[in-house]
Parts: sequence; C-alpha cells; structure tokens
Amino acid sequence: MATTLNRAPAEPVTRQRRNAPFPVELYRSAVGKKYVMALTGIALMGFVLAHMVGNLKMFLGPAAFNEYGEFLRELLVPILPHHVVLWIMRIGLIVAFALHIHAAYALTRMNHAARRTKYQSRRDYVAANYASRTMRWSGVIVGLFLIWHLFDLSWTGTGAAFYRGDPYTNVANSLSRIPVAIFYVVANIALGFHLFHGSWSLFQSMGWNNPRFNRWRRDFAIGFAALVVVGNVAFPIAVLAGVVSAD
Amino acid sequence: MAVTDPERQAPSLVTGEKHHGRTMHLTLRVWRQAGPDSEGRFADYDVPGISEDMSFLEMLDVVNERLASDGEEPITFDHDCREGICGTCSLMINGRAHGPERGTATCQLHMRKFGDGDTIVVEPWRAEGFPIIRDLMVDRSTLDRIVEAGGFITVSPGSAPDANLVPVPKVVADASMDAAACIQCGACVAACPNSAANLFTAAKVAHLNLLPQGEPQRYQRVESMVDTMEQFFGSCTNHGECEEACPKEISIDFIATMNKDYLRAKIKNRRYLSRNP
Repeated sequence: MATTLNRAPAEPVTRQRRNAPFPVELYRSAVGKKYVMALTGIALMGFVLAHMVGNLKMFLGPAAFNEYGEFLRELLVPILPHHVVLWIMRIGLIVAFALHIHAAYALTRMNHAARRTKYQSRRDYVAANYASRTMRWSGVIVGLFLIWHLFDLSWTGTGAAFYRGDPYTNVANSLSRIPVAIFYVVANIALGFHLFHGSWSLFQSMGWNNPRFNRWRRDFAIGFAALVVVGNVAFPIAVLAGVVSAD
Repeated sequence: MAVTDPERQAPSLVTGEKHHGRTMHLTLRVWRQAGPDSEGRFADYDVPGISEDMSFLEMLDVVNERLASDGEEPITFDHDCREGICGTCSLMINGRAHGPERGTATCQLHMRKFGDGDTIVVEPWRAEGFPIIRDLMVDRSTLDRIVEAGGFITVSPGSAPDANLVPVPKVVADASMDAAACIQCGACVAACPNSAANLFTAAKVAHLNLLPQGEPQRYQRVESMVDTMEQFFGSCTNHGECEEACPKEISIDFIATMNKDYLRAKIKNRRYLSRNP
C-alpha cells in the first residue's frame, strides 16, 4: 500500500508548448496558414494589378512611362525622404512573398503526409479544376519568372542593351527578343491560372461567405485573372508588333 | 409519360406479377488486401447476372456468395443500415467517393447507374487518418477523436425543459440541421486531393455553433476540434471536391464559417487564458 502511495506521479511524455503571441499561435495551425495565404495573396493581387495598370503608361510613350518610374521613387516626397515609400512597399512585398511561399510549402508537406499511399486507380474529379490542382506548379513558375524578371528589367539586364533609369528602352530591347516575349506570355498565363483559383479561394479561407455575394466570387476571380493576364500579355505583343520600340 | 419498355415496369401492386429486370454482365476490379500491413493489389472478377435493380452493396453480396461457394475469401467491406443514414458504407467507385451519383451513399447507389459490360474499379478510402483494416474496410475512428474534442454543451440537468423554451430562428435551425445531416462516412476526406477533413469538422462544428445551445462552448469547441483535426488530416485548399462527394450534400459554406469562428477563437481563448494563467 505504502509503495503504491509513494510512487512519483506520471511525467508528461511531451512538454507542452508555451503559448506564443496570437499571430504565431494562429500561424501554427493550417487554418491560420490559410489566413496568411489569403491575406498575403490579397496584398500580392493588389501589387500585380497596380503593376499592370502602371505599365499601361508604356502606350503613352517613353516620356510618360519613364516619368511614372521616377514618380514611384518620389511617392509622398517631401513628407518623407526620397525612396522611402518605395522601400516600404518593397519590404512589404518581400515579406508577403516569403510568408505566402512558406505557408504553401508547409501546407503542401502536411497534405502529402496526410495521404502517403495515393489512390491506385484513376481519380474522377468533379469540382477540383486544372487551376486548383496545379497551384503549386503555377506558383513555382511565377516565382522563377519573377527572379528572371527582376534581373531582366530592374537589376542587370539579361543580354539585351540595358540602361539604368530608362525602363522604356529596356522593356523594348528585352521583349523584342521572341523567346523572351514567349516566356513573358507563358509566365503570365501561369499567373492567370494561379489567380483564377487564388482569388476565389481567398474568400473561403478568410471566412467571407455570404449568400448576398457568394455567386459573385467566381465571377470576380475570372474577371480579375483575365484583367491581369490581358493587360500583362499586351506588353510583349505590343513590343513585337512595334507599337513600343526603342527607336 | 407512359412506360414503353415493359422490362422497366415496376411489379404490379394489384396482380403481384413480378417483372423481370434486365441483368448486367460486369467486370469488377477490386482492391484486395489481407491486412493493415499487407501488400494490396487489384483483383479482377467476372460478374455475370447482376440485376440492375440491385444496390451496389447487394451486388457485392452476390459476388461474395459466389466467392465463398468457390472456396475463395469474400471481399471485406463496411456496411450497416443500407438506408443511407448510418455512414458506415464507403468505397471509391471509378475514382469517385460513393460512386457516380451525387448526394447518394454507396448503399443507395443502384446498378442501373452503370452500363452492361462496364468495368467497375473499387478501392478503399485512402488517407493516413483512415488506415486500411482489410480489403475495402478502413478505420475511421479518427473522426471520433475530432467529435470527442468538441466536448459537451451546457444543459440544465433538472426536469425536462418545455419545448421551444429557447427560441431559434427558422433559418438558423435549418442551417444547423443541414450541418447535422453529416453521417460521418468520411467521403469528404476520401474525395479531397489533400485528405483534409475540413468539411466533416466544419459540419460538426456548425451544427452546434449555430444554435444558442452550443453558444457557451462555441470558441473552445471550434479551436479544439480544428486542432485535433489537423493532427490527422491535410489542409483545405478549397477544391470543393468534398461537397460533390458528400452523400448529404453539405455545403463548403460551413468551412468558411468554421474558419471565421476559428480566428475569433484564437483571439478570444487567449484573452481568457491571460486572465487565468
């Protein structure tokens, strides 16, 4: 009896994790990661839309386009010094990309672990579409394209004559190469597929579900993806057609 | 419209005259696996003489009787009520959970939905949360872990309360009942490309969280159910495949509701914890 009573109590096998601050605690869960995917996705959607609209200045000629490029550096000057707003936006984008990619990576790992043995017969999908099932591939294509795109038109140029501070000429020089133009078109179609699913999916992940607007969610996704793709694909086509040219 | 094909006519209630339904000749490709850790493989069976009025499970019964009389091991599969309400039947039929008919469990699926001469491929649910026991039978008790994590609702244990003592708006009661239609069959997990159990968990969360009776434990419930779910299953990427597979046609709208409640729960529960460390 005494030996029974004197036994040490059982130790917990796993140490309980200390409660982290709310955003960390949320991010530890898959539902929380989907919130982060959706929020960073919204930020990146805002960026691609603004990027496309801004680049339409290309059609107004070299002066308008280059002036727009300079204007981005001068945002909120003289309230803030030169380049400050631009850098805030850049850091915001880098953080958004990093979180979006990390969450996607972690969730993909989780999903693969949840079904190690795949179905041995052919699946017959009803609702899952091409876009939704290839998100990670369209995302990887867009990500790799983005690195190329930054080298091509922001950092060093990629072979074509590159002049720092003259984006109009750089765009015309780079995109007049047919393989490069094709790469831009392909990457934007991948972006379109990514947006087609992403800009619908974000409503569910954010819990934005309401009979008043549910039927518009798919239309919004189609419209948004189409708008961005058509706008962006217009640039390489315009260069190849000679509408935008360096001379 | 008059029934022109006499073979399709129902038996007469007056004369009791039996009709002779058409029979089908099928090839069945079934997953056979002797035990949880055994190698599995597809086995092909030639299956003649199947009435098109049989349910899918009755067809399997016929196949099993023939296998048994030939001295072979019958195919193990889950079934119970065969009325579409218990959630015991399963089966991935031709790549679709519960087969090709929308809003129908395998036990309510009829052979007339297939064509004479068809090859039908039957596989068990596949997910790490649903380990295979034998052949087509899987262990779905992980879904019980999620329900257990939901805990209780507070009720007054005194004398029986008057009916309608707690007023519930009609639309709320309807929505709650739509969620409560879940029979826990696991088709959502089986159909999901990510093996996520979000539709199941969302339905179980919603049928209590929508009602005043479930309100006191609302946030505690959603947090612990989601956290338990995520230990066993994948994550939702909003394919919508679960909704199509669900024999009770439960809407993915409930997943959005669960996400909203989970975010609020993470905020609220921490606030409560910090007051009472």
